[in-house]
Amino acid sequence: MIFVTVGAQMAFDRMIKAVDQWAGKSGRTDVFAQIGPAEYTPRHIAHTGFLEPPQFAERAKAARVIVAHAGMGSIITALTMGKPILVMPRRGDLRETRNDHQIATAQRLSELGKVVVAMDEEELIERLGRLEEVSAAGAIGPYAQDSLIAAVRGVVFPTQGR
Amino acid sequence: MAGHQSTKQTPRVLAIASGGGHWVQLLRLRPAFEGARVTYVSVRPAYASDVPGQRFIAINDATRWDKVGLAKMAFKLLWIMLRVRPNVVISTGAAPGYFAIRLGKLLGARTIWLDSIANVEEMSMTGMLVKDKATLWLTQWPHLAAENGPQCHGSVL
Repeated sequence: MIFVTVGAQMAFDRMIKAVDQWAGKSGRTDVFAQIGPAEYTPRHIAHTGFLEPPQFAERAKAARVIVAHAGMGSIITALTMGKPILVMPRRGDLRETRNDHQIATAQRLSELGKVVVAMDEEELIERLGRLEEVSAAGAIGPYAQDSLIAAVRGVVFPTQGR
Repeated sequence: MAGHQSTKQTPRVLAIASGGGHWVQLLRLRPAFEGARVTYVSVRPAYASDVPGQRFIAINDATRWDKVGLAKMAFKLLWIMLRVRPNVVISTGAAPGYFAIRLGKLLGARTIWLDSIANVEEMSMTGMLVKDKATLWLTQWPHLAAENGPQCHGSVL
């Protein structure tokens, strides 16, 4: 099972189209995509516009690998579940998001070994072709780093000190 | 507020974020609020299921281009702030957090801005706008921390 998601806010037809075409060519039938308010209607993969959080979690849990835009919601969900995640960043110049921040995020997190990145449709299709090589980074815990929690706690409970 | 068990020592926290990644990152800070009375605010009613047993309020979402939506959001937040009277306002972004931090500061609350981990190259625009309003102004990337800039105490990962 491959779970594809564009996140809760906007469509990402460029990515969905690439996955759809790949599924059509490769004959892969176990793909489910959450496509947002899309203009492109997939022909080869099961899809839905939106998923509420419990259904989203269910789909993600059932997946062998998650394919997503480079949004932190999708990435953190995959990391907490210990799922391999292949991301394709949205581009600002194509108005897929407000700027190119996803490109920088994807590159940094890929350097840290947290995600596998495909920069464009071509690379995405190529990576989908050898999906078994996309492995998980190792599950992360449910909460932020202790140092960050402590810093925030210091302001919430200023008198307790540390 | 009648019916609530609270003492002067229990801080009231307003934890607020817009949808998707901002909300997911806010949830990862939950241990920091343990022992406080938390009101969560975000933009989708379904998110209430992420914080069972806690007070959750849904507001409308709006981007910086949607002036009417932003005005509606600001008024709703003012109303929430006056009811909750938070001692602490914390946000991971974006537009709702901007208004909440500003209003919180105005009402004398301590304020925490944690810029999203997605902002790798510079602080977000909303993050920059609350620079002088935040008691704690945080980036999640060590290379963005600076003496007169944001602090870094780690990330949500």
